Amino acid sequence: MNHDAYPDSYIRAILDGVKTIAMVGASPNWNRPSFFAMKYLQIKGYRVIPVNPAAVGQEILGERVYGSLAEVPGAIDMVDIFRNSEAAGPIADAAIEAGAKVVWMQLGVRNDAAAARGEQADLRVVMNRCPKIEYGRLNGELAWSGVNTGIISSKRRKQGA
Amino acid sequence: MNKPNGPYGFETLSIHAGAAPDPTTGARVTPIYQTTAFVFDDAEHAASLFNLQTWGYIYSRIGNPTVSVLEERIATLEGGRGAIATASGHAAQMLVAFSLMRAGDHLVAGNKLYGGSVTQFTRTFAKFGWDCTLVDPDEPLNFERAIRPETKAIFIEGLANPGGIVVDIEAVAAIAHRAGIPLIVDNTLATPYLCRPFEWGADIVVHSTTKYLSGHGNAMGGVVVDSGRFDWSQNDKFPNLAKPEPAYHGLTFHETFGDLALTAHGHAVGLRDLGACMAPMNAFLTITGSETLPLRMQRHVENAQCVAEFLESDPRVAWVSYAGLEANKYRALARKYLPKGAGAVFTFGVKGGYEVGRRVVEGCELFSHLANVGDTRSLIIHPASTTHRQLNETQQIAAGAGPDVVRLSIGLETVGDLIADLDQALAQASEQVKAAE
Repeated sequence: MNHDAYPDSYIRAILDGVKTIAMVGASPNWNRPSFFAMKYLQIKGYRVIPVNPAAVGQEILGERVYGSLAEVPGAIDMVDIFRNSEAAGPIADAAIEAGAKVVWMQLGVRNDAAAARGEQADLRVVMNRCPKIEYGRLNGELAWSGVNTGIISSKRRKQGA
Repeated sequence: MNKPNGPYGFETLSIHAGAAPDPTTGARVTPIYQTTAFVFDDAEHAASLFNLQTWGYIYSRIGNPTVSVLEERIATLEGGRGAIATASGHAAQMLVAFSLMRAGDHLVAGNKLYGGSVTQFTRTFAKFGWDCTLVDPDEPLNFERAIRPETKAIFIEGLANPGGIVVDIEAVAAIAHRAGIPLIVDNTLATPYLCRPFEWGADIVVHSTTKYLSGHGNAMGGVVVDSGRFDWSQNDKFPNLAKPEPAYHGLTFHETFGDLALTAHGHAVGLRDLGACMAPMNAFLTITGSETLPLRMQRHVENAQCVAEFLESDPRVAWVSYAGLEANKYRALARKYLPKGAGAVFTFGVKGGYEVGRRVVEGCELFSHLANVGDTRSLIIHPASTTHRQLNETQQIAAGAGPDVVRLSIGLETVGDLIADLDQALAQASEQVKAAE
């Protein structure tokens, strides 16, 4: 995968395919970016499980916080990483270990070695993107904010779906 | 979810970008959403919207569906990431300065600008504690020499109003980036059809959409377009975007919105607090106008080239400043930055100076004597007494708007008619002056 320019079809397949997202670095602080993303993804029907060793036992947006990916019970489809690029390496390895199908690194987070390890283990990898922004871009909601979504169509569509 | 877009051409994007059929009604033309506010699903939805945790409309001062279509349209045509539409071009300049600057900060701008921009930057910005230094853009190093630690941006008109002046965008962008600041280009007179400043390294583009983008002289508007490429966190110069924003409950825009930081800040803080939003009706007229931008610009530059060549060869004319003419000092820069044509606003001077020039302006029958450019109609004005009136004579001459200067904005009429109108006005003016002597 060319990690500088993802085709829309690649991102769309990921967002259409995953149901449970473990969010590593999820913050209980309501004005942090992870809180924004978690809230939006919940509204769109995803189950988001927060992982943050500094907030173990607390709840964020109604979900219990776990200390590590290994502690999360049940299957994880995608691991969304809200940590710096260096920390993303071992988290990506833990995501492979946990059986996730997708590793997603947030805006500003990029670790090419970890991405290569993930892809070698048949995971799909996204780096330096936000799932909230990508979801909104592909479903038309981001156009509500004056953004160039890159989407041209003469078909009527449901926005926000 | 829709299919990804192909590598569409400029003409296709001028018609389709941002404007899919209305999702509710199927209306093919973008509806005029003439409403101030939008209902919330419930209290939780309202809270999420106000916190910027979900995308959606709240109040038309911050965002409106008709206006959003225009924003996406222009962002796409410029090759940018996002855009903020404003009430006018001046509002766009105010909004972008507000996003980048705080009291005590400094801006470096070219001195060959629309006179109203010179006044806004040097007089009104000073009241916000924003200092501005004007430099001659013909020598790009002049910008570098004027940069100070508190300088937050360089501002130029790529194709300047009024005098057909072309600035070396690529050279100025390199100077800005060496200093860790963005280059803002006013692309009003070129439009993205003739020049796309982002392809030459500019970071932000502003427009008065009142001019060619709407194109029919019937709708006020402005826009700020962000390339999304400038790294607001590379230094400590841009706390509004890279540090927690106290005007938005401590939200850090760059961290939260990445390359959409300026677009998000421009709406959520800029439009919210400065209030200079575009009206939906004006957005609708500008959307309609933008659909024919490529066709209109082709004819504008063809007509302008013909009129400039006529004037250049006329013995009653002292000089013509149009970068489409071979002898023009900006010809080489125009070849590089404006290969499809050097725009359609330019200046000339008549022999006999101010008095003859004034009579030419008054003697036209087709050219309208008014203070605008970029209309379907051809326009004529004497800048020193109107658009550049607030400047002193030195500033006027520096801006290419000295006492003998007449400015033309060439419209879409039959070009022979435009030449005939100038010909008769020149003849009449020369006779009147002779008779008076």
